[in-house]
Amino acid sequence: MDILFKVLIDPFLQMGAMPDLFVQTIWDGFVTGVLYALIALGFVLIFKASGVFNFAQGIMVVFAALTLVGLYEMGLPAPLAVLVTLGVMFVLAVAIERVVLRPLVNQPDIILFMATFGITYFLIGLGELIFGGNPKQMITDQLYLPRGAIEVKMLGGFVQFQKIDIAAAVIAVVMIVALAVFFQKTRIGRALRAVADSHKAALSVGISLNQIWVIVWFTAGIVALVTGIMWGARSDVSFGLQVIALKALPVLILGGFTSVPGAIVGGLIIGIGEKLGEFYWGPLVGGGIESWLAYCIALGFLLFRPQGLFGDKIIERI
Amino acid sequence: MTVTHETIGKGEVLLAVDQVSLSFGGIKAITDVSFDIRKGEIRAIIGPNGAGKTSMLNVINGFYHPQQGKITFKGQTRSKMRPSVAASQGIARTFQNVALFKGMSTLDNIMSGRTLKMNSHFFWQCFRHGPAMAEEIRHREFVEDIIDFLEIQAIRKVPVGKLPYGLQKRVELGRALAMEPDLLLLDEPMAGMNLEEKEDMSRFIIDVNTQYGTTIALIEHDMGVVMDLSDRVVVLEYGRKLADGTPDEVKADQNVIDAYLGVAH
Ligand SMILES: Nc1ncnc2c1ncn2[C@@H]1O[C@H](COP(=O)(O)OP(=O)(O)OP(=O)(O)O)[C@@H](O)[C@H]1O
Ligand SMILES: [Mg+2]
Repeated sequence: MDILFKVLIDPFLQMGAMPDLFVQTIWDGFVTGVLYALIALGFVLIFKASGVFNFAQGIMVVFAALTLVGLYEMGLPAPLAVLVTLGVMFVLAVAIERVVLRPLVNQPDIILFMATFGITYFLIGLGELIFGGNPKQMITDQLYLPRGAIEVKMLGGFVQFQKIDIAAAVIAVVMIVALAVFFQKTRIGRALRAVADSHKAALSVGISLNQIWVIVWFTAGIVALVTGIMWGARSDVSFGLQVIALKALPVLILGGFTSVPGAIVGGLIIGIGEKLGEFYWGPLVGGGIESWLAYCIALGFLLFRPQGLFGDKIIERI
Repeated sequence: MTVTHETIGKGEVLLAVDQVSLSFGGIKAITDVSFDIRKGEIRAIIGPNGAGKTSMLNVINGFYHPQQGKITFKGQTRSKMRPSVAASQGIARTFQNVALFKGMSTLDNIMSGRTLKMNSHFFWQCFRHGPAMAEEIRHREFVEDIIDFLEIQAIRKVPVGKLPYGLQKRVELGRALAMEPDLLLLDEPMAGMNLEEKEDMSRFIIDVNTQYGTTIALIEHDMGVVMDLSDRVVVLEYGRKLADGTPDEVKADQNVIDAYLGVAH
């Protein structure tokens, strides 16, 4: 009985007793969730357009952030370093299209998936070779990102909002809206959606798959850079960061591999669920549940909606 | 719709496949097939299931690359087509199992057929302003004409995934027409349709051919339709060419009677 009380009732009593702490936990979870959502977004973009499950998305985040900081350390002014990093991500997109996607087109998915492992280790090697393997500090100030925190008095206590977290949330929202407009309103966006729907039909009307792949991988590269800056500002920039890509998997299971809104909502659910779980239920099992709770949440959803929250229901023709 | 007049006059060869062979591993889909399509005609390709008809269309628009043979289109001879070349040179097609952009509206699907006709700068395309806006409007008008022609005004804004099969086939034809093709490849455009839908589709095909002078290659199982619509028929069986000629000639061909028309369908 005691254990049931601790699991089912006590956490909610705690939430009610200290609502300020509850709000704080939700906010922390929200910000983490926004970053998960961005990583998942990179996956979804590439998966939709080229049918590739891009294992390298996590390392692209690290690589982009590392390149940015590395270029700054080499003496480039921060704004210029951002531009050059974007250039590097573009070159990377072109190279991946040429060297990996084009020769492997029409091969089974698993081969393309394995190829993204290759990309992962290539990027780790390249990053270490050029910029060294030591963790670096994100150039937060130089990029005019705010520091410090705002304390808001509410619900009989204080809730602390880190300014960098607020900035991360705002930037993520702006970027998601920009991407949505790009996809819905522009001709390139229409072509992208066309490719996502049917490769052969897109080819038949003269849409260049190669061009679309470059655009998509570059877009994923931009998303990776933004994610890398935000994440790097909260911890540091090192190859250890790539494990956050593992957090994208439950987000994708939850949101569906082909749904952009799914990636966003899934990211937020996982982010918030994880923080709530850690804070209120974690102590019951001695903490440290953050690393696997996300998968439990995702699996729970999977039982009820195998296609994910927003994913297309796949009915195989038999 | 405007008609692009070629230097090639009616009756001249628009496309020729010459001794084409295609195999997948051990399966021979096409063996040593030659035939041509003349400008302005409706050319039917018929044959039992698995005869290699779809494979032949795939060779013509560059989805499949034959191991042997040559393809001559508008006087240019190649050992294989590329889909991008085929599209930009004026070959449009529909698919046996409708391949539409399911999430998009009828209008957007047909608009996608204008892809290669649009040439304003990438930069403007991103912002939908200036020259790109004017261009978009022009193409939009063109597409509206096609929508009127195919009598699908009512479903302009409907996501095509929600449409019944017969209408999807019609939208797919619209998308191909939006490319203003010189050669239109239709893979079983009437499969799965009821009589009335078949009659509509036949009418559209004839109108496209007579009004706009579009050359058409048509795969179809319904013999009545084939004999009515086509100027010439090529018959395939087991990947080989069995007969080639006018509908009457083909109907009278003993090989065809034995091998194809004789079998119950
Ligand atoms: N991509 C492919 N891979 C392997 N085999 C293929 C492929 N495409 C076609 N084939 C084979 O080639 C042969 C010819 O197929 P094709 O689709 O061209 O026939 P078809 O005449 O269009 O038949 P249907 O009337 O059923 O559409 C078949 O044996 C088919 O299995
Ligand atoms: Mg076929």
